[in-house]
Parts: sequence; C-alpha cells; structure tokens
Amino acid sequence: MQQTRAVELGTGLFVFMGILALFFLTTRVTTFDTYSGEGGYELTARFDQIGTLKTRSPVSISGVQIGRVTAIDFDVERLEAVVTIRIASRYDRIPNDSDASILTSGILGGQYIGLQPGGADEHFQDGDEISFTQSAVVLEQLISKYLFGQAGGGE
Amino acid sequence: MMNDTARALRRLALEVGYSLRGFFEHFGAGQLFLVRIIVNMPYALARPGLIIKQVYVTGVLSLVVIMLAGFFVGMVLALQGFLTLSRFGAEDTIGMVAALGLVRELGPVVTALLFAGRAGTALSSEIGLMRATDQLSGMEMMAVDPIKRIIVPRFLGGVIAMPILAVIFSAMGIFGAWLEGVIILGVDEGAFWSQMQAQVDLREDVMSGVIKSIFFGIAASLLAVYEGYNCVPTAEGVGRATTRAVVNTSLTVLVLNFMLTAWLLGGK
Repeated sequence: MQQTRAVELGTGLFVFMGILALFFLTTRVTTFDTYSGEGGYELTARFDQIGTLKTRSPVSISGVQIGRVTAIDFDVERLEAVVTIRIASRYDRIPNDSDASILTSGILGGQYIGLQPGGADEHFQDGDEISFTQSAVVLEQLISKYLFGQAGGGE
Repeated sequence: MMNDTARALRRLALEVGYSLRGFFEHFGAGQLFLVRIIVNMPYALARPGLIIKQVYVTGVLSLVVIMLAGFFVGMVLALQGFLTLSRFGAEDTIGMVAALGLVRELGPVVTALLFAGRAGTALSSEIGLMRATDQLSGMEMMAVDPIKRIIVPRFLGGVIAMPILAVIFSAMGIFGAWLEGVIILGVDEGAFWSQMQAQVDLREDVMSGVIKSIFFGIAASLLAVYEGYNCVPTAEGVGRATTRAVVNTSLTVLVLNFMLTAWLLGGK
C-alpha cells in the first residue's frame, strides 16, 4: 500500500511538472498571442512593394505592438499587394485617416507595419481599408536612386 | 577464378536479400504488434493503476537524467550561440536561438534518445526476462493475456511519459541557456526574453515539438516492448533484444524526426 502511494505521488508530481513546464513554454517563451485569435478586427492595406513582410509580422503604433499581419495577397487587377492585418479589439479607436508604412526593425530585423495616427474623428471599423500607405524601401532601389541622383546632379 | 567471383557476388546478393527481407519482416511484425496493442487498449484503460505504475517507471525514474541533460544542452547552446553571434553583434538573440533549437528539435529528439537508453532498455530487458523465464507463458496458462496485462500498460506508460519529459527537457534547457547567457556571459536579460518571445511561436514551434515527441513516444515504446516480447528466450537473446531496441529506436527517431519536421514545418 505504501509502495503504491509513493508511485502515485511521484507520477502526480511528474505530470504536474510537465504541465508547469508547458505553461512556462507557452507564457514565458512565446508571446501569449492575443492577436491571431478570433478577437479584434481586420483591416486591409495596399502597397506597391512590401519587401520581406510576411504573415505574422507585427503591426505597431508608436512602437507598441497592436496586431499582426494575417494574410498577404496580390491583386491582379490593380497590380498591388494587398495586406490584411488583424488588430486587437482593445485598440478600437484608431483614426481612420491613419497611414501605414512598412518599416524595418534593426539592421537584421524583420519588417513590420507601423501605423501613424491621423487626426480624423472617425475610427477604423472591421473590414476597412487603410487609404494612406507607404511601401517598403528596397535597398537596391535606394542605391540606384542615389546613383541616378548623383549622375543627374553632376550635369 | 571467374567462378569464385561469381560465387562471392551471389553470396553477397543473398546476404543483402536476407537482411532486406528480415527488415521488412520486422517492420511488418512491428505494425501488427501495434495493432494488437491498440485492440487490447480498452482492457488496460479499465485498470489505470497499471498504467500509472508504468508512467512512474518510465517517466519519473528518467526525470533526473532528462533534467540534467536538458540543462547542459541549454547551456552549451547559449555558449555556442554567443561565440558565433557575438561576431555579428547579435548576441542578444541567443535566447531565441536556444529556445527555437530546444523546443523544435533538441527537446523532442534528445529526450527520445535518452528515453531509449534509460527507459527503453529497462522495458525490453524486463519483458525479455519474463519471456526467458517463461513468465509470459505462465500467464497464458492462467488465461491472462500478457499483451493486455504486461505490454499495453508499458506501451501506454511510455507514450504518456515522453511528451512530458520532452517539455521538461526544453524548459530546463531554456533555464540553462538563461543561466549561461544572462548570468555568466552578461547578455541583457530583457533582450534575451523579448527576442525569444518575439520569434518563438506557440503553434508552429512549441506545439510541433510536442506533436513530434508524441510520435517519438509511440515509436520508442513500441520498439522496446516489441523487441522484449519477441526476444530469443535465452540470456544472450535478452541482451541482443535490448541492444536492438536502443539501436532501432535511435535510428527510427532520427528518421522520423526528419519526416515530421518536413511535414510540420515544410510548408513554410
């Protein structure tokens, strides 16, 4: 009887440790994701160039992450990239003339969408489109523009 | 002269043929054994005491080994990551490097390999010894099915213990990486955790690791009980069955790992 109880106690503690470790992995190691679930609302934005933006890239405003990119598509009619983002529901009073630009975090960092708040009284609703967007800067284009500018200036 | 060469070639072909046939025989017999285990599962589930005992034997008694291994694997990941990444001034990302490596690959795989060495050998030699000392036949005489009574609880115990051990391994590894990276090498603590949290995904990384370890648990437990149950009932046979259990489990886990990784992460 004593033996059985030790086994059961040990097994119980073991399973409990496993749950604790899983809890640690989900909360401390990953972002406890409040953006990808059902909550929040979706917006779309059109860009000429999205660079290396990917689904699940962060969307932030003033540097605070408020959502994630959920889908990236290409509109064959208008020849533009269509990016769908989901924003957490507690950030529901973002002026609807805010503009979105694709920025890079750090030198090696990934790209993200930064929102710049506008001044309108109306707020974004689910399914709205962000009208003012600024595309990603592609390094090669930047360099060629610089070289072209130099050549033009010399004449 | 020509004849000798031809004979040698023929012998070689036969050898290869026999070992190939042996491989497929074992492969098929293993699948059938798994089916037998699954069919007999309801009986074992009705007696959870037996399963709890086996979770204790395979899981709790492997815990110290797993925790120590995880701790040192995490520390060495942080150290290696630091030495390489500091060349690029990116040593802040070692938290992410260590966590991704542990959660996706090293946690499930190293746990499965250690499990094969620690628990798999115990399982197959125990069952093999029961076979060699006619305890299994004795049970059959008493109308007790050894599959239900001996094999299924051991199999289920291993399947339950493996994911838990793998998760504990990863958690200990991250603790080791934190200790080495933040405390000893002086990486900024905030950057360590925030880089990790930004890059490690719950579904893609943590859950795929858990799914992997469930498959490894099934493979490792199945091979251990299969080799034990089908061993040649002599002292030498038990020893060979135990060796085969470890070798086959290790190889199966490594092959399975590649296939599961391609399946779980391949689309991205």
